Amino acid sequence: MHYLLTVIGDTDNPADDSAPGAIDAFNDRLKAEGRWVFGGGLTDPRDATVTDSRGGQPVLTDGPFVESKEFLAGFWVVTADDLDAALALSADASRACHRKIELRPFGGVA
Amino acid sequence: MADAGLDEVLARVHRDEWARVVATLARRFGDLDVAEDATAEAFATAVERWRADGVPANPGAWLTTTAGNKALDRVRRESRRDAKQRQAHMLTDQLAGPPEPTGAVEDERLRLLFTCAHPALAREARIALTLRLVGGLTVAEIGHAFLVQEATVAQRITRAKAKIKAAGIPWRVPAEDDLPARLDGVLTVLYLVYNEGYLASGADADPVRADLTGEAIRLTRLVRELLPDDGEVAGLLALMLLTEARRTARVSSSGELVTLDQQDRGAWDHELVTEGHALVRDRITSGRAPGRYQVLAAINAVHTDAPDARETDWSQVVALYDRLARLDPSPVVALNRAIAVAELDGPQVALAQVEPLADRLARYHAFHATRADLLRRLGRSAEARAAYDRAIGLARNSAEMAYLTRRRDELPAAEGR
Repeated sequence: MHYLLTVIGDTDNPADDSAPGAIDAFNDRLKAEGRWVFGGGLTDPRDATVTDSRGGQPVLTDGPFVESKEFLAGFWVVTADDLDAALALSADASRACHRKIELRPFGGVA
Repeated sequence: MADAGLDEVLARVHRDEWARVVATLARRFGDLDVAEDATAEAFATAVERWRADGVPANPGAWLTTTAGNKALDRVRRESRRDAKQRQAHMLTDQLAGPPEPTGAVEDERLRLLFTCAHPALAREARIALTLRLVGGLTVAEIGHAFLVQEATVAQRITRAKAKIKAAGIPWRVPAEDDLPARLDGVLTVLYLVYNEGYLASGADADPVRADLTGEAIRLTRLVRELLPDDGEVAGLLALMLLTEARRTARVSSSGELVTLDQQDRGAWDHELVTEGHALVRDRITSGRAPGRYQVLAAINAVHTDAPDARETDWSQVVALYDRLARLDPSPVVALNRAIAVAELDGPQVALAQVEPLADRLARYHAFHATRADLLRRLGRSAEARAAYDRAIGLARNSAEMAYLTRRRDELPAAEGR
């Protein structure tokens, strides 16, 4: 199965306080174990642009689609046999990036 | 066979076979929804067929086969895609084979328990799912027991089953490394069920719901059957038995709580006490360090060992609470320890240990009830009265409320007013 590990950022504490090299080491491990699909950190949520083409012409809006204290700071897409295996990766991911992680299964992948 | 006899047989078979059938089907079909519905249908069919044709020689096998056929019908009905069709053909072959040996089925029930109590599910969902899929309680029974709408229970169960499927919650007993933590989750669910029965909430509700305490004990016995060497499983079972033994003595005929020191010890269920004590002794002789359920059971063993409340070995109780506090340094444990300290060193010493817990336990009725009792014993009536008021306001159990109200009303009138 494919799972999305979302890194939950917090505007009250925006600094990256992960231990130096911890995230790289986690990434290397995911790759070595064949679990890595894709992942990365995102820039500040204020750098976001929302596009809405539902009315025909795209309408652009500056900023994230939802204003909140918590934001999407980065993510991993991994493969795991089941939820327990994915939860174990989540626990290690949270330790590596020193942030909360939300884990969600993909309903399907292209 | 007379209908009364048949009803009894049906009740017994339901109790003994429900979890086994659900677990076997869940394993075969990889789908809890299919397993639950097919099992319920098989039991409904049994009610009709057994009345007409008599009870089959092996009711469990009959139910497993019938439920399997019903599940297969459903999978076939729903199979629009080829993949599912193939699965259905494969299953036809499996079902034609001999029934699985009992040993394997025992494991299926354990798997079912671990799936239902998975920590990724909401606490309420774990309880509802365990009672429905392992306990075989109806949605209406669960709703009644927890004072929530039937629709709410049904929704929790449906949502939980959907998450199990979509999120890939595995169908297996956890690996040895994870077992203690995951088993603790299973035991927590069972203990919550027991406590909801023993300290039932609701001002107008029965103070004790024997259906829930009985169900919790039955399921814990099942876990013990499946994991006979685990100390915490034995500890939880002993704790429940030693608590259950006092159940009827704990509420007066007028529906008021009777505290441990006032209980008629002759009214305790001595068979349960004996069984509980034997479990505690077994654990002590095992020589392995006990977990929290074992320590709680040992505390209850000390209480139930005393022929009279005055003969309780309070220093032993306090020593056990010290041990518990090391495993679980929570304010609730500190509060219970202080109650024992009051018997050993007096209410003044105990009160000094209770007061610092005020911030953390402000919303906990037992904190205020304990404080009220200590203040009463120290003759500080006005403060005791205020504490009783807080406790009554926070209590959710009708017998406790009645007891606290009487204690408050028996306080001497406040001086100088």
